[in-house]
Amino acid sequence: MEQFNRRLLTIVTEAVLERELVAEFDTLGVRGYTITDARGRGGRGTRKSDWAQEGNVRIEVVCEPAVAERVAARLRDRYYDHYAMILFMQDVSVLRPDKF
Amino acid sequence: MPGLDPVILFFILGVAAGLARADLRLPGAIYDFVSTVLLLAIGLKGGVELARDTGGLPIAELAGIVALGLALPLPAYLVARLAGRLPRADAASLAAHYGSVSVGTYAVVIGYLAARSIDYEARAPVWVVLLEVPAILVGILLARGLGGDVAWRKLAHELFLGRSVVLLVGGLAIGWASGPEGTAAIQPFFFGLFKGILALFLLEMGLIAASHLPALRRHGLFIVAFGVLMPLFGAVVGALLGRALGLSAGGTTVLATLAASASYIAAPAAFRTAVPEANPALSLTASLAVTFPFNIIVGIPLYERLALALQG
Repeated sequence: MEQFNRRLLTIVTEAVLERELVAEFDTLGVRGYTITDARGRGGRGTRKSDWAQEGNVRIEVVCEPAVAERVAARLRDRYYDHYAMILFMQDVSVLRPDKF
Repeated sequence: MPGLDPVILFFILGVAAGLARADLRLPGAIYDFVSTVLLLAIGLKGGVELARDTGGLPIAELAGIVALGLALPLPAYLVARLAGRLPRADAASLAAHYGSVSVGTYAVVIGYLAARSIDYEARAPVWVVLLEVPAILVGILLARGLGGDVAWRKLAHELFLGRSVVLLVGGLAIGWASGPEGTAAIQPFFFGLFKGILALFLLEMGLIAASHLPALRRHGLFIVAFGVLMPLFGAVVGALLGRALGLSAGGTTVLATLAASASYIAAPAAFRTAVPEANPALSLTASLAVTFPFNIIVGIPLYERLALALQG
């Protein structure tokens, strides 16, 4: 079975940013994403998902490495200073490269 | 405790359960549902009453209320800057939170007045709508200055199409258009169950307040003092304005309570996007862990007495 390499970009951040980040994705060439509610603990304390006001979301994007770099750079420049946000990347294999 | 409304006891139960780390958590969807019902019920109630009386909306009064929303953040900002020595963004954020209003507190005060059969102006939900946004705009101006870099269009969209404004205004419009007879079929749900829904809402608010209490130690005494004194100051200003506008004693109590209350939904969300360098935990802790409990347990009876005293 032929497989193709892509990058999986995972972002965990404040739920209030969801709409704004989705708008950013459109300008950066992201073709699809998956968002789930999340909770956990990090540098900015415990963040719960049961009250939307303070909830977190986990956003997953599978895309070309160049797009992943662009998104990561934009998020680092615009959001890292003032928002609870982490981001990490992995190599993944997909079967339909045209989708990602 | 005679006189303490059972809904307040639900709040205290929530705080106690939260502090004791009891196995109690309402799912986020329940909180959304409960607050949606409350907002719609408040709007509907106002709309139905407005349809009944033909007095309309006095423009001078509404302008006075907007002026209150614009003015309240200023003393709050000065106190936070000078006495609290907070950075500009944090002081502006506190000012916006305390100038804006809490619909939860409003729900408690109208429940309080209804339990005592005290009348208040039917248009009171309009005051809530008018008080929510101006203070947030003033707060953002205080943080950014007039030439500041703010995405105003996005912000306006968020503020004027926020959940509470849409549901309150929508409820008002539906209640007004349908009138007392038209809404008869939905009244058992929205009006009959109001206190029960409010009790659930306050249980959840108690849990949320408890989760913010530990943060108080980090923010120090100033936040506690601010969270108690600012509502008292706001209540006096609101009550005097109510008196000057010729409101009833019940209406003056509602306006004083609104002026005393602090936002914990609209203001934090707006500041998170418009002034992200402001510490969100600071204002939210003051509003949720100090001012909300203070107002619903101690404040509202005080504001009622103040309103009665001013009526002479």
